[in-house]
Amino acid sequence: MGKFMKSITCLVVLMIGASAFAASGEIELEKAGNDPGNTASLQRGARNFMSYCAGCHSAIYVRYKSIARDLELNEEQLIDNLMFNAERPFETIQASMPASDAARWFGRAPPDMSLMARAKGTDYIYNFLRGFYLDPDSPTGVDNLHLSGTSMPNVLWELQGYQRAVFVAGEADEAGTAPHVFDGFESVTTGTMSAKEFDEFVRDTVNFLEYISEPIRRTRRVLGVWVLLFLSFFLFVSWKLYKDIWKDVPK
Amino acid sequence: MTEDVDRNRRHFLAVATAVTGGAGIAMVAIPFLASLKPSARAQAQGAPVEVPIGSLEPGEMIRIVWRGKLVFVLRRSEEMLERLSATTEFLRDPDSEEVEQQPEYAVNQHRSVKPEFLVLEAACTHLGCIPLSQFDVSPAENWFGGFYCPCHGSRFDLAGRVYKGVPAPTNLRVPPYRFLQNDVILIGIDNTGAA
Amino acid sequence: MARIESEVGTPQGGFMKWIDDRFPFTATMKYHVTEYYASKNFNFWYVFGVLSMLVLVMQFISGIFLTMNYKPDAAEAFASVEYIMRDVEWGWLIRYMHSTGASFMFIVVFLHMFRAMLYGSYRKPRELLWIIGMMIFFTLMAEAFAGYLLPWGQMSYWGAQVIISLFGAIPFIGDALVEIIRGDYSISDITLNRFFALHVIVIPLALIALVFVHIVALHEVGSSNPDGIEIKNKKGPDGIPLDGVAFHPYHTAKDLVAIIIFLMFFSAVMFFAPDLGGYFLEHANFEPANMQVTPEHIAPIWYFTPFYAILRAVPNKLWGTILFAAAVMLPIFLPWLDRSRVSSIRYRGWIYKMALTLFVISFISLGWLGMQPAEQIYVVWARIFAVVYFAFFLLMPYYTAIDKTKPVPDRVVYHG
Repeated sequence: MGKFMKSITCLVVLMIGASAFAASGEIELEKAGNDPGNTASLQRGARNFMSYCAGCHSAIYVRYKSIARDLELNEEQLIDNLMFNAERPFETIQASMPASDAARWFGRAPPDMSLMARAKGTDYIYNFLRGFYLDPDSPTGVDNLHLSGTSMPNVLWELQGYQRAVFVAGEADEAGTAPHVFDGFESVTTGTMSAKEFDEFVRDTVNFLEYISEPIRRTRRVLGVWVLLFLSFFLFVSWKLYKDIWKDVPK
Repeated sequence: MTEDVDRNRRHFLAVATAVTGGAGIAMVAIPFLASLKPSARAQAQGAPVEVPIGSLEPGEMIRIVWRGKLVFVLRRSEEMLERLSATTEFLRDPDSEEVEQQPEYAVNQHRSVKPEFLVLEAACTHLGCIPLSQFDVSPAENWFGGFYCPCHGSRFDLAGRVYKGVPAPTNLRVPPYRFLQNDVILIGIDNTGAA
Repeated sequence: MARIESEVGTPQGGFMKWIDDRFPFTATMKYHVTEYYASKNFNFWYVFGVLSMLVLVMQFISGIFLTMNYKPDAAEAFASVEYIMRDVEWGWLIRYMHSTGASFMFIVVFLHMFRAMLYGSYRKPRELLWIIGMMIFFTLMAEAFAGYLLPWGQMSYWGAQVIISLFGAIPFIGDALVEIIRGDYSISDITLNRFFALHVIVIPLALIALVFVHIVALHEVGSSNPDGIEIKNKKGPDGIPLDGVAFHPYHTAKDLVAIIIFLMFFSAVMFFAPDLGGYFLEHANFEPANMQVTPEHIAPIWYFTPFYAILRAVPNKLWGTILFAAAVMLPIFLPWLDRSRVSSIRYRGWIYKMALTLFVISFISLGWLGMQPAEQIYVVWARIFAVVYFAFFLLMPYYTAIDKTKPVPDRVVYHG
């Protein structure tokens, strides 16, 4: 390859690579750190979801029997631990609260959770669930650092306890106004779990949400390995053929 | 000499490539063809149906939908059961020898698990019309009660067995089913698990 | 009796002769495959035509199977995609093949077009071939645009809302045109249904016709090569170009290797990162379309962003639309803008090399800028790069004429 061609190829690759690093965002999100391969974590997360979330949030694309299959639960464990408002394993996860009532009481219907992890990302949800703080002006008594004005109450308060958000004055802008900058949470009451336990609880739940957003994830990655292995073999064979055929061609 | 070796080698490589490629194409084809099978939703919607039969009177029939098909559940009276022997000479397959038309437990004169209750797929075995129930007797016409298909005149007796000389070739199908309790049957799955 | 040379390999009897007496099968195979001669010195840039065809076939097949399960109804579309992903056996694989294929189609087509810019493949006598290729490019953009509405996610809805409203900028007919495209007073189920018809039938038929004509035009004049010379100028006593090798088996064997390598990249993405960080499957599109809530950040899919950046750089809606269209269409004129004595970059001077480098930088930068929010700093840079982009084409007649070129060889450069 000539000098020019080499340099232009390098340039293209570098530019495309560099563009992937351009980041933006305001509040730093802690990493969820969940392990999609950890079946025990997924099982706990499933139980957490059904106990604390499915009252209001549906997951209408998820079938109970699929959860049992992927999370290695037998039908009895499935029915006892997860199926509270459904009868048959092939049914999908419906919220206990009718959507129209929820819309009336909370102002908007609680969104479906089937794809939330793909839409917002696991890090966001992990921080959201830990980001409720006391706000006396809010109808639910709380606000959330990552979704100001949210109509969702803090359903996990018994586990986490209540916390307060500390804001400090940040750098003043041209107009002289200093924005409120978040500076951390302060615990007001303790819950039944320690901070570490609570983080683990949320991590498991987020892990489950990631699983339901794409149940086929594990399978596709395993299959991908086989596909690439096959293609490598096929490449070897076809390369040999190509080289042999092109021996005919004079230089 | 080198020419021959080259030719053989090239032929071998070409065949190896073609075989590998063929295997690859077959492997890619499988998922696409498999996607044509009934999906999880189809299987969910085709799940077995529980039917309470405790309130059925003798001679009464109800209609159930299972897998998008109509199913008759008939509680036969003693008298209706007795009439089953009268039709035998007029039937094409009185002993239910056509294996595909009923599960094992329906290979008997009453074509059912319990003589009293008849479960039949309501689809004429000619071209699929829904047969009408016709339980009145008319001995002059060799008719002892049963089902009559309005589309092309096929006739079936009170066990769904087909008459001779009508367009329909086989007895009405009995779906897999079992008794959950004395007064509840489950259509779509029997004791062998088939559905 | 002496055998006529051209009849070598022609069936003299049996089944094939019966066919050949009624249909030009063997003749077609010879003309287009076994006796179609292309240069022996094709390099990696020359695989992208075949790869484009491969991806097109993959999109057709995966698309057909998706159509068997997808519901083009605003109330059911989003759910039907999840149905495919979860309930249909292997549905996820078919869906990912189609979404990955859509992005790879543009990667491959951009590189295919870039090859033409490197080696002057658009120059005489291949101008018509290039024009047909540009028609295919526009048609592909329309196909992708129509297809993107179908999942009926937030980005599908709002992206379509933004782009269709561009047509409203056209004076006099703008508003009526927008209504005709939408079929309704806003983007709705009606729009979805007609975009489905466009995506599944209308545009694919046009694509098949255009690709067919594209190959006919190519075979009429013969393929170009990295040295930009005409191999037909130097033929042997048998009439075969000295630097040519038969398409089959030489180029078919070589292309097969390229195809497999491509499929490895494709599979790596499809099986390990089908979202590709939100570039191939955008995050916002995992939320169902909601006409009451605009996503924080609307951007078209990555392969439209270079042109979108140019659109946004212009502070006037009508002129932005005009320049957007101009940016897409300007490459058609390359055969006439390029006044160089030589076709291939191998023999051009430093001016063209610099111009092409700046073009690449500006195209990629515009692509990145098109994804950013419309903040002032990004708009400024988009303007700068838009100028570079247009200058590449509009100044070409001048700088290609004065650019110092190297002598072009008689025979292609091939070292095996």
